[in-house]
Amino acid sequence: MMLPYSNRRHLNPVADALALEVRDLNVEYPGSRRLALHHVNLRAPRGARVALVGANGAGKSTLLKAVAGLLPVSHGTIAIYGNPVGACHHRVAYLPQRGEIDWRFPIVLRRLVLTGRYVHLGWFRRPSHRDEAIVEAVIDQLGLTALMNRQIGQLSGGQQQRALLARALAQEADLLLFDEPLNAVDATTRAIISQVLTALQHQGKTIVTATHDLGRLDSDFDSILYLEEGCEAPPPVRPFAEMSLGAAR
Amino acid sequence: MIEWLMAPFQYSFMQTALLAAVLIGVACASIGVYVVLRRMAFIGDALAHTVLPGVVIAYLNSWSLFGGALIAGVITALGIGWLSRREEIREDTAIGVMFTGMFALGILLISTVRSFRDLTHILFGNILGVTPSDLGLIALITMAVLVLLALFHKELELTSFDPIHAEVIGLKASRLRYLLLVLLAFTVVSSIQVVGVVMTSALLVTPAAAASLLTNRLRPMMGLAVFFAVTSGMIGLYASFYADVSSGAAIVLACTGFFALAWIINVIRRRPLDTREE
Repeated sequence: MMLPYSNRRHLNPVADALALEVRDLNVEYPGSRRLALHHVNLRAPRGARVALVGANGAGKSTLLKAVAGLLPVSHGTIAIYGNPVGACHHRVAYLPQRGEIDWRFPIVLRRLVLTGRYVHLGWFRRPSHRDEAIVEAVIDQLGLTALMNRQIGQLSGGQQQRALLARALAQEADLLLFDEPLNAVDATTRAIISQVLTALQHQGKTIVTATHDLGRLDSDFDSILYLEEGCEAPPPVRPFAEMSLGAAR
Repeated sequence: MIEWLMAPFQYSFMQTALLAAVLIGVACASIGVYVVLRRMAFIGDALAHTVLPGVVIAYLNSWSLFGGALIAGVITALGIGWLSRREEIREDTAIGVMFTGMFALGILLISTVRSFRDLTHILFGNILGVTPSDLGLIALITMAVLVLLALFHKELELTSFDPIHAEVIGLKASRLRYLLLVLLAFTVVSSIQVVGVVMTSALLVTPAAAASLLTNRLRPMMGLAVFFAVTSGMIGLYASFYADVSSGAAIVLACTGFFALAWIINVIRRRPLDTREE
C-alpha cells in the first residue's frame, strides 16, 4: 500500500485538457503584497516545448514555481492536465536552479537521483529494484555512470545540472519545468541536455523552460512567452539576444 | 589494567551510569548528525535551556522531573517551529529571546526554594545519580529516536538538502522539521540527566561535527558520531570515578578532544593531497 506525501488524491488527467493552462495569473512575492506576476496567460498543449524568456527578475522562475506549487496563487488559475496544482504531484517535475540545493550535504549522486522516485514511494516504502533500475538508466543516459558514487559537492557545475535533470527524468513526469537548465554549464553538458530534451519531446512530454539561452529559440521551442517585469510582453522587434545581451550567440 | 577498567562497575550505580551514557550517546549523536547538517545547533542549545522551568516546576511539586522537562521541551520545540515560520522576527533572534527568558525563569524559581546543590545537578548533570527508572525512560526514548529516524530517513534526508524538491512532490518540509524538533526535545531531556542543561548541546553537536570532518557519507557519519559520543561517555565515567571530577564536564571535554583529533586528521589528510579527488 502506498501512503502518498500529499493528502490530496492523485487525480487522472482530464481528457483533452492542455498539459498546462495558466489563466490570468497573479502571484505575490512571499511576505509582501507586491505582485511578481500580473495577469499572465500560458497555454501548453501536450507534447509542446515552451520557452519563458525575459531578463532576470522578469518573473520566469516565479511562474515555474507557481506551477510547481511552491508559491501561492493570489488570482487566476493554473490547470495541469485539467487538474489544480497539487492534484498530481508525480506528473510534474521541477528542475530548480543549482543554488537552491545544499550541495555539501553528505549524499552521493545516485541517491540524489533516487529522490526523483520518492513521489511514487510515499511514506515508509523503500525503493524497489525497479526504482534502482530506472535510476541507473537515467544516470547512464546523462553520462554520469562513472560519478554515481561521488558526493554531490564534488561534482562540477555541469555535472550537478545533469544530476538534477537525471532526477527529473527518474520521476517519469509528463510536465517538466526547467529553470535555466543551460545556465553556466560546459559544452558537454549542453550537448547532453539538448539531446535529452529532444528525446523527451519524442516521448510526448511537455516541457516549459525558463531560459537566457536565446540562440536557437525558433528551432528548439514550439512557442515562446516573453516576460517583462512580471507581465507578458510582445516579442522584441529586434532579436532579443542582441537587444539585452549583446553578442550572446 | 583490566582490573582498573572493571573496578568501577562492581557498583550498581556505575553500571546504571554506564548504560545511561551509552544510550544517551547513541541518541544524541545520531540525531546530532541532522542537527549539524541542518544547522540547528543553536536550537538544540536553546531547547536544553528552555526545559529548565519545566524541570523546576515539576521538582517543586514532586511531579516526575522527566515529565516536566518533556512537556516544556515539546512546547518549546513546537513554539520554535511556529515562530520560525513567521517573518516578523528572525529565527535566531526569536530563539535567543525565548531561551534566555525561560532559562532565567527556571533559575528564579529554583533560587526561591531549593538549595544550590539541586541547581548544579540540573545545570551540570549528575550521571551517577541516574536511577533504574530513569534508565528505563532513557532506553525508551533512545529506542523511539532510533526507530523514528530510521522510518523517516529518506524524508529527513531529502528535506535537509533539498526542501524545494520535497515541496514539489507534496512532502511538507515543515512537518519533518517539527518531527525533528520534537525528537530533539526528547533527546535533550534524557541527556540533561547526564551532562546538564548547559552542556547538553555539546553531546548533540560535537560528536556529529567531529564525524562530519572525517566522512561525507551519512551512515558512516552517524556511526562515527555514535562511537565518539559513547566513548566520551565512558571516558567521562572513569574520570569521575578515579579523579573525582564532574562527570558531565569530563564527557563534554572528551567529545571536544575527539573533535580536535578529527580536525587534525582532516588537516593532515587534505594538505598533501589537495588536488586529488576522492
